[in-house]
Amino acid sequence: MRLGRARRARRRPFVSATTLDSAFSRRSFAIGTAMGGIGALLAGRLAWLSIAQNEKYQLESESNRVNLSLIPPRRGWILDRDGAPLASNRADFRVDVVPERMADAQATVAKLGEILALAPDVLADVQKRVAGAVGNQPVEVATGLDYEQFAAISVRLPDMHGVIPQRGFSRFYPTGPSVGHLIGYVGPANAEEYARDKNPLLITPGYKIGKDGLEKQFERRLRGVPGARRVEVTAAGRIVRELETREDVQGKPIQLTIDGPLQDYAARRIGLESGSVVMLDCETGEMLCMASMPSFDPNSFSAGIGSVEYAMLRDDERVPLRNKILKGLYPPGSTVKPMVSMAFLKEGLDPKQTVFCGGGLRVGNRVFRCWKRGGHGTVDMAKGIYQSCDVYFYHFAQAIGMDPIAAMARRCGMGQTFDLPVASQFFGTVPDPAWKLKKYDRPWASFDTVNATIGQGYMLANPLQLAVMAARIATGRHVEPKLVKSGKRAPFAAADFSPEHVALVRQAMSDVVNGPGTAGRAKLPVPEVLMAGKTGTAQVVGLNLSDGKSGPWKYRDHGLFIFFAPFDRPKYAGAVVIEHGGGSGAAYPIARDVMTFLFDPAKALDALRGFEEGWGGTAQQRLATKYAAYAAAAGIEAAPLPRSEADIFARVDAEARVQANRTEQQGGRTFEPRPEANPVSTGTIPGAAPTVPAAGAGGNAM
Amino acid sequence: MSIVPAPVARQPWRMLIPLIALVIFGALVLYSAGAGDWNRYATSHLIRFGVFLVMAAIMTQLRREFVQFMAYPAYVVVLIMLIAVEAIGFVGGGAQRWLDLGFIQLQPSELMKPAIVLVLARFYGALPHGLIPTWRALVPAGAIVAFPMALVLLQPDLGTALAIGFGGVTVMFLAGLPLTWFVGAGAAAAVIAPLAFFFGLHEYQQKRVFVFLDPESDPLGDGYHITQSKIAIGSGGGFGKGFGEGTQSHLSYLPEPHTDFVFATMAEEWGFAGGLFVLFVFAMVLSWGLSVARRSKDRFAKLLAAGMTATIFFYVAINLMMVMGLAPVVGIPLPFLSHGGSSMMTNMICVGTLMMVNVWNRRAPRGGLTA
Repeated sequence: MRLGRARRARRRPFVSATTLDSAFSRRSFAIGTAMGGIGALLAGRLAWLSIAQNEKYQLESESNRVNLSLIPPRRGWILDRDGAPLASNRADFRVDVVPERMADAQATVAKLGEILALAPDVLADVQKRVAGAVGNQPVEVATGLDYEQFAAISVRLPDMHGVIPQRGFSRFYPTGPSVGHLIGYVGPANAEEYARDKNPLLITPGYKIGKDGLEKQFERRLRGVPGARRVEVTAAGRIVRELETREDVQGKPIQLTIDGPLQDYAARRIGLESGSVVMLDCETGEMLCMASMPSFDPNSFSAGIGSVEYAMLRDDERVPLRNKILKGLYPPGSTVKPMVSMAFLKEGLDPKQTVFCGGGLRVGNRVFRCWKRGGHGTVDMAKGIYQSCDVYFYHFAQAIGMDPIAAMARRCGMGQTFDLPVASQFFGTVPDPAWKLKKYDRPWASFDTVNATIGQGYMLANPLQLAVMAARIATGRHVEPKLVKSGKRAPFAAADFSPEHVALVRQAMSDVVNGPGTAGRAKLPVPEVLMAGKTGTAQVVGLNLSDGKSGPWKYRDHGLFIFFAPFDRPKYAGAVVIEHGGGSGAAYPIARDVMTFLFDPAKALDALRGFEEGWGGTAQQRLATKYAAYAAAAGIEAAPLPRSEADIFARVDAEARVQANRTEQQGGRTFEPRPEANPVSTGTIPGAAPTVPAAGAGGNAM
Repeated sequence: MSIVPAPVARQPWRMLIPLIALVIFGALVLYSAGAGDWNRYATSHLIRFGVFLVMAAIMTQLRREFVQFMAYPAYVVVLIMLIAVEAIGFVGGGAQRWLDLGFIQLQPSELMKPAIVLVLARFYGALPHGLIPTWRALVPAGAIVAFPMALVLLQPDLGTALAIGFGGVTVMFLAGLPLTWFVGAGAAAAVIAPLAFFFGLHEYQQKRVFVFLDPESDPLGDGYHITQSKIAIGSGGGFGKGFGEGTQSHLSYLPEPHTDFVFATMAEEWGFAGGLFVLFVFAMVLSWGLSVARRSKDRFAKLLAAGMTATIFFYVAINLMMVMGLAPVVGIPLPFLSHGGSSMMTNMICVGTLMMVNVWNRRAPRGGLTA
């Protein structure tokens, strides 16, 4: 009972109105206190957010509100020696897309293609780039829009996220393909380039970086400082108003030593041939033209290389993507003879000393033939040069040996690279006994010397080296080529040729053109200016395969010509190399016209116009026609494009190396010059009948 | 003795003046949130307040006996409406909270908040004192609270269900139920809450809680709301960015700038000062509400007034904690500032009830056992 009562008492305490009233008072007070506590907590939280953390949140609010977009800087111009632009910027309307921000990129791009009436192959390329874009990387859809197209896209923007129409500047190369290899081109940065340089500028729509040539070499200088536009945007990304715009700072210009009109002239003058023209100022070393044709139009590469265009360029056996001036290696042929003469003179050979050329020279038990099977008769050094007599050089080279000749070749620039702002130059080969032993593990043979003295066999040079060789022989000075205009520099060091030797070789080279030499048709149509030169014909296959002039293009001889003018006070020097041109006859008319252009542009242009009518327009026009025809034939399904432009050019380089290597390896045999390899000025081509039996002509085994 | 007429002087101006100031202030905020357009939110906000203030004035004329008499029927009617909503939602296939009566879209769950307070006050007001510590005080009241809560949870509307539960529990607490029960219930809740969280809540509700615990984990999804709201409040500083100058709200970074996140909209433009003003007004209203409850003559009126005050408080506290990142995002508007008819109606019913009890207090002399 007591226990039960006690439990009841505990479980049910006495409850009355009074106790409930006081419980209410206590509990409502507690609730009021709790409310006040929470109120204080809220006030504290408010103070913490808006007072203590104010700065942080203000910053975050600003970064919400304000969208900073970069304005791609205008690229610095590339100017020629007279300040005319070789690469400039053109204001235009453009449209880019950022695939990452697009809901259905393919559909939107297709719609853009419809609005802009893009050609199917162009659209296919854009779609491929869109599919391959990584991260925030923008993809260019089109540039050079007219205002109506720009407006048509702008009004549809709310339905097309990630589409960025804007007014900007596009790179413009007024002479197009003429400067393709020299200047290079620009294009949007690819994912690897962005990974290397995490500059947000690289993924700004409309920004291009240099991809090749000088555009790439001088990227930093040309780039400039981007401008910025601060705009207020809504959460959905709509621009409410512009807050502030900082103008971009244009990149610094680069003035080249190139003579723009000459460059264009030379490129156009090459015409349908595949070749290169290099000219430089002998006194300063300034490069006046470096034309390599056929080429690509850098204007059409600015959105990236189209797959149809790439396929066309790649399939062309004249390798338009290769800069033949730096990466074309050719047997220099007879153009080395003035240099070899210099070596003879340096070794003390009396230039009056003669040798009898009867069409060949017996060395040991072999006979090496002169290109003139009938023989040149008595030949001294001057005649050896202007008549390009092989026997003269065979004979004295045997006496003097290869090493002095190789040393002279190197002194003249062969086998050398020059301090130029280019990505790479090929060295070529100046063979000597040590080199052969090292590379082929075979001793030097007498026929190797014979080959080398007429610029065949292992010997390989690029057109730039040939031009430098011409300049050094012409001036007797150690001319160093340069490409960027700068202040005066000290005269070049003498190349320790004696003035008499120089004068003698100059005269002999003048006689090549102006006397009884091999290139009479190269005489300048300019009064009182005499051009000196030396022809060369480089055979690429054995006599049994081709006559060098007809048949498969690949088997025809290279035509070479080195030259300078005026012959007695050399101002300009250069080299022309025409691949598979069928002999030096393809090269020296070009040299003549290009040199004429420097003295009498009107006359030279008249000549060119006549040619171009026959060829079907300027290089740029022909390229456009060719592309249209190719694209029509190929349709939009062209071969897949390499991943990046760098790969494209790496492949081009690799192919060039393979080809040079192959040419060099063919040098390991006895060389037999083609009978009529060097046409003579008299026009009477010597009879074909060889007077010396062709004993051991093909014997390349030791 | 005064130039002010007695019926005017009788009004609880201590509460009404701050409240009217708050509503006018709210209209200004809504004007700004409506991009400088009165007609978008602000005008209707003022009109609703006016209409419901008239309703509150009419409520003050109701007799206590009538209100007591109407308590159960009102509760049952609201409950039927809740069931009707559920049924229509079931038939229509999908969640439904509204009952379209033709002239107004009525949200019965909103009406349930004052109704639950009213019916529990009625229940405890009539319950013999001796039964307070027994199960007979707990079980019917528990059923009264649990039934509508379950219905609202089915909608699903966690915020409103919690508001109903909070109102009910507050009345039970004030009614004097043994403290140990609340402690025990609290302990049980601590055990059940995790289970309920993982098995009872919808995935989107669970996600909100996770995101609340770590807003940065989902900066563009659910965490976006909390983050943007904190940015709006924090960037306001001491005195705000200026009227109409709020960028978070005007540039649409802030979600729901005129309803749930109206406090953030306000704080961005008026700063800490504006926030303190809002807190001050709520403090005035709520403390007046509690004082009305304390001055009441009988248990029914005491519990009714205190419960209504607690209901308003629940709205304010949860909404402000939510916008300042102290609570997960639950769809609860801020009384008198947020744009929205239902919330205005509920809160004005609470205010009207408090004014009504205030009138009862004045009319009858304080007496202990008159109930």
